[in-house]
Amino acid sequence: MAEADIKDTNPESRDSASKYQTAFRYMLLARIFEERAASLYRAGKIMGGVFMGKGQEAFSVGLGLALDHHRGDVYGPLIRDQAGRLAFGEPLIDAARTYLGSVEGPMRARDGNVHRGNIAMGLIPMISHLGSHISVVSGRLIGKRFTGQTGAIGGVCIGDGGTSTGAFHEALNQAAVEKLPLIIAVADNQFAYSTPTSRQFACKDLVDKAIGYGIEGHSIDATDLSLCLDTFEQAATRARDGQGPQLIIGHLLRLCGHGEHDDACYISAEKKQQAFGGDCLDLARQQLIEQDWASLTDIEQWTAKIQEEVEQATSSAQREPGPDPFQESWQALSTQRLAEGHTRA
Amino acid sequence: MSITYLEAIQAAQDRALAQNESVYIYGQDVGSFGGAFKATKNLAAKYPGRVIDAPISEDAMVGSAIGATAEGMRPVLEMQFADFSTVAINQICNQAATQFWRTGVPCPITVRLPSGGTEGGGPFHSQSMEAIYAQYPGLIVLTPATVEDAYSMLLEAIAIDDPVVFCEHKYLYYHLKADQLPSKNLPVGKARIARAGKHATVVTYSAMVHEALRAAEALEEEGWQIEIVDLRSVKPIDTDTVLASVARTGRLLCVSEAFPWGGVNAEVIARVTAEGFHLLDAPPKRLNAKDTPIPFHPDLWKTHRPASQSIAASLRELLRY
Repeated sequence: MAEADIKDTNPESRDSASKYQTAFRYMLLARIFEERAASLYRAGKIMGGVFMGKGQEAFSVGLGLALDHHRGDVYGPLIRDQAGRLAFGEPLIDAARTYLGSVEGPMRARDGNVHRGNIAMGLIPMISHLGSHISVVSGRLIGKRFTGQTGAIGGVCIGDGGTSTGAFHEALNQAAVEKLPLIIAVADNQFAYSTPTSRQFACKDLVDKAIGYGIEGHSIDATDLSLCLDTFEQAATRARDGQGPQLIIGHLLRLCGHGEHDDACYISAEKKQQAFGGDCLDLARQQLIEQDWASLTDIEQWTAKIQEEVEQATSSAQREPGPDPFQESWQALSTQRLAEGHTRA
Repeated sequence: MSITYLEAIQAAQDRALAQNESVYIYGQDVGSFGGAFKATKNLAAKYPGRVIDAPISEDAMVGSAIGATAEGMRPVLEMQFADFSTVAINQICNQAATQFWRTGVPCPITVRLPSGGTEGGGPFHSQSMEAIYAQYPGLIVLTPATVEDAYSMLLEAIAIDDPVVFCEHKYLYYHLKADQLPSKNLPVGKARIARAGKHATVVTYSAMVHEALRAAEALEEEGWQIEIVDLRSVKPIDTDTVLASVARTGRLLCVSEAFPWGGVNAEVIARVTAEGFHLLDAPPKRLNAKDTPIPFHPDLWKTHRPASQSIAASLRELLRY
């Protein structure tokens, strides 16, 4: 993606403009890719499901950009984190291959859609049980502590619904006890599938939980990209400086169904007019133009380029072979001699 | 010198910590207190920072251990009682057990489960969980019956690159003694003939091996020679050793302390009938604990689980056929 010219002469604001641009382009790439995945799903080319981060990209990209896998940082994204994954460094082709069931993908068609990761890179392959990935990221930080890898931090994302699980509670408490450099990003998108937050928790703001765990908490308008970028950057610095876990609650509205199979009929039109109901991508686009960080033409050019990139990734993944059941090892153990696959019954 | 089953477990962890810097122990009260059963006695002082107390959070304990393996660590987790591992079952069965198959990256964690019944243990401190874990692909499930196996199999479990559920039996902790620790032993995955015989085979594991041995002694006085196969590992099951024994005796009784529905007994009988039907002179039998929660009162508990008398009675029925 080509950089647009940033006219500002003040180096500090030029840096923020450049970061904002980068973040915006990841958001746009995520949005356009997910829209393409949704259309492939509707066309019957993608099996299982497509889960979109529409409305959540600013919050997601904020965490992804605050982490640096070259420094050993670890990222545990969840289902609405396409933007964060791209910002963290997951190649777009990995997403396309996993959605489309290519054997070339990181999960080799054994697992699909958002259940992908790259353990060597520090990208945790999520399972569906909400909250269970948090302690896995904590464990990597504990492992780094044992092996003397200093300076690395972890980041996880979860939704408002996921905060109701025992795994979430156990993991936050554990991270607090161990004083781990962990950012916990909670995207309070007002619905867990169809269940509104009034049926999910009774506290005023989920950030209140931070007091109970004895960790630092921040509550932000997650439709505001600048705020997301600044908050995550500061949280990352505090975590790296030994200030322990950082809980960040992002207030926003999910602008799509739980998955593409869900028409989200339970989200009223009024919700979108209320606080945090806006589309972070539209708001960021406005901001780019108002700040003179990009012109409409720049954005159109980025969009065209991104569309091409998405088309290339999805069409290339579609041409790749799917899995062959006859070539599959059907063994779940790495210790071959102990595998039971030979059972003759 | 004599060493108990529990001391062997402590000694295996001591040796693993000494041999490999990537090994650490994590569990409730395992630190300076040395564990609820003292299976980690003195280890926190000997290996500072590597024997760590965990909050009462079995899910987070296992989740974090899974994460630590990606950094090259080999965590050993102590569940205070096997029964509490149900809180961590999601991390064990869905996270650890699926990781290698999903990603190609092995997950070498060892989860120690102090298992089985003792007098007064009651419904929530007595369970035998091996069949639940064995049902899930991606896990190895070990059930040592001897001091030697407790030691060598725990060392091997820690060295194995896959997640291992290590079901050590609390009833054997203090009562079972050996003269010394073994220098070599059968590898994991191989069953052991605990007693040779020719009239019937008992396939069993863990504490029930000793009940079966006592039953075999009683039957010897009646002229029957009972062969006892100690499975040692219930996932994988050494089907070849089981079939070879049934080929010698023609009769099979499976004994397990676990609940009766499904489980290791059912699995062994399914394999023997499917693969060795022609070897059988009588329908195979199985003996399990009763299909109720495990009772608190010792008089109820003794009848709830199989014991030498009930095993002997089952064998007599099997031999009468």
